[in-house]
Amino acid sequence: MAATTLDTRARARARRGANAGTRRSNALVYVVAVLLVSAILAPVVYIVLGGFRTNSQITTDPSGLPGPWQVGNYLDVLGGSLFWQQAGNSTVAAVATTLGVVSLGLMASYVLARYRFRGRGAMYAVFAAGLMFPMTVAITPLYILVRSLGLMGSLGGIILPQIAFALPTTIIILVPFLRAIPDEIEEAAALDGCGKLGFFFRMVVRLAVPGVVTVGILAFVASWNSYLLPLFILSNEASYTLPLGVQAFASQYSVDTARVLAFTSLSMLPALVFFSLFERRIVGGLTGAVKG
Amino acid sequence: MASISEDAHRAHRSPVDQAGGVAPVAAPPAGPPARRRTSGVGWRTRAEIALLAGPALGVFLAFVIFPVVMAAYYGFFSWQGYGPPTEFVGLRNYVTILTDPTFHDALRHNAFIVVMSLVLQGPVAVLLALLLNRPLRGRSVIRVLIFVPYVISEVVVGTGWSLMLATNGALNDLLAKVGLDGLAQEWLSDPDVAIWTLMGIITWKYVGFAVILFLAGLQGIPEELSEAASIDGASYWQVQRRITLPLLGPTVRIWAFLSIIGSLQLFDLVYIIWGQYVASTAGTSTMATYMVVNGRNAGSYGYGNAVAVVLFVISLVIALLYQRFVLRRDTDGAITGGKR
Repeated sequence: MAATTLDTRARARARRGANAGTRRSNALVYVVAVLLVSAILAPVVYIVLGGFRTNSQITTDPSGLPGPWQVGNYLDVLGGSLFWQQAGNSTVAAVATTLGVVSLGLMASYVLARYRFRGRGAMYAVFAAGLMFPMTVAITPLYILVRSLGLMGSLGGIILPQIAFALPTTIIILVPFLRAIPDEIEEAAALDGCGKLGFFFRMVVRLAVPGVVTVGILAFVASWNSYLLPLFILSNEASYTLPLGVQAFASQYSVDTARVLAFTSLSMLPALVFFSLFERRIVGGLTGAVKG
Repeated sequence: MASISEDAHRAHRSPVDQAGGVAPVAAPPAGPPARRRTSGVGWRTRAEIALLAGPALGVFLAFVIFPVVMAAYYGFFSWQGYGPPTEFVGLRNYVTILTDPTFHDALRHNAFIVVMSLVLQGPVAVLLALLLNRPLRGRSVIRVLIFVPYVISEVVVGTGWSLMLATNGALNDLLAKVGLDGLAQEWLSDPDVAIWTLMGIITWKYVGFAVILFLAGLQGIPEELSEAASIDGASYWQVQRRITLPLLGPTVRIWAFLSIIGSLQLFDLVYIIWGQYVASTAGTSTMATYMVVNGRNAGSYGYGNAVAVVLFVISLVIALLYQRFVLRRDTDGAITGGKR
């Protein structure tokens, strides 16, 4: 009894001490944090502000602020069809990839997590081994395969490989997730006459939503930003996704720096908006800090 | 929501357990005990398995496994990519690669990037994660902002940075403004400087990922341990050094693994900033840019595939060695003990 009280008091004192120390050094922490955040954001701010300047402003004063502010570059890019077409292509590719990865990955993970059959270990190993095969290694045969399937220059030619290459991560994240669903729920469903397949469509699809969202966001952002595969597959400008479009725009209008910067900052906007909407899910999913 | 945190923890750990090697992968994570005899799988169950897992397996075999196998096959041919490969050259492509000084340069650059990524990002990220793990106003905002470079595409990063780092770009101009003209550099074209420029950009882009990963690891360390140490009179930094850091070990080792593999495969940033021909003269070429420039762009698909195989074998050997000597204790713990 006495020992417990002593222990509690000591703990409280230790915590108070720690808090005081924390408060004292917090000022330093804030300074470091502010410096850090500025260093991280400076290049992004440079790109965004550069779009609000004119080329002569950029040439005469490369590191200055816009003065006066110009919105012409942004309006030009937004008024043209090029940006919208490429943003549309990126959206189609990213949405289709995400849907494909999530549905195929969820079904396969369900089998791996909740069916027992010979060859399950081998199947898991095949998918897991996929992590060892980065797209860089397979890119040339992939290009030839897509070409012989007649999918060159079409979004289908990047969607299918993107689904395939996102499957290993998806399955490895989802299998433990689905395995954690209590057996009792499945048994109760079985008593009500629900087979394994029925259980999947009625229960698992809903129970798996948090895991699916994390996996889906990873697939979406990866597709939105992907460069190597579109570089090989999308040969005509009409099918370009935004990363290719930004590069083409940058080399085509290399003298028009301000417009390139406007185009570039507009192209990163969707990914940033999407990310900040679901940021809690990604960071939370990674940090395991999802509360409630 | 304890289950989610546990899953997230396992999720960020398992890829590496699995990626570490092909052989150990064969054992799936310990599942629920057998409820039914394996041999008793009926046709109905078989059909369900085929229906559910079939599409994923099909897409995966067609677009991942098949191309990888074909890369190994094409690597033995001299082939321009049209029609079936007919000119079998055996190991000639490999001899050419391994004796090409340009490839040696690329390999050296990759090695440099691997080492410097670990040396530059690791300590910085650990310190930042420790700082951000403290109760701090606006902490969640800072966490999001740290992640921004990681979310922006390589093309945007490359385009923005190459404009800023141009000879008459913003950085040199800024240095002149604050009276540090002496520090102005040919950031992109001077071979002695360019690789450091690349390292700076890599650090900027990927350090946030390391910080987030380490923060995830820190969440998994029970607070009682550092509390107990404080009671015993340990200072803040003593607690961090003696308790937190060793417990963060597994996360750091996994991050290091991901970083090494990523550094070996590096392509986008180099190709976007330095283009296909300048990278070798600016001293920033990598094995992957060598592969694309000397393979596809030069119209020698057989040769490009041989380079891909070399790149793959190097990554695989390093991954297996890493798994064998560094990750061993982590995976042992994961298999035998479940949680730490």
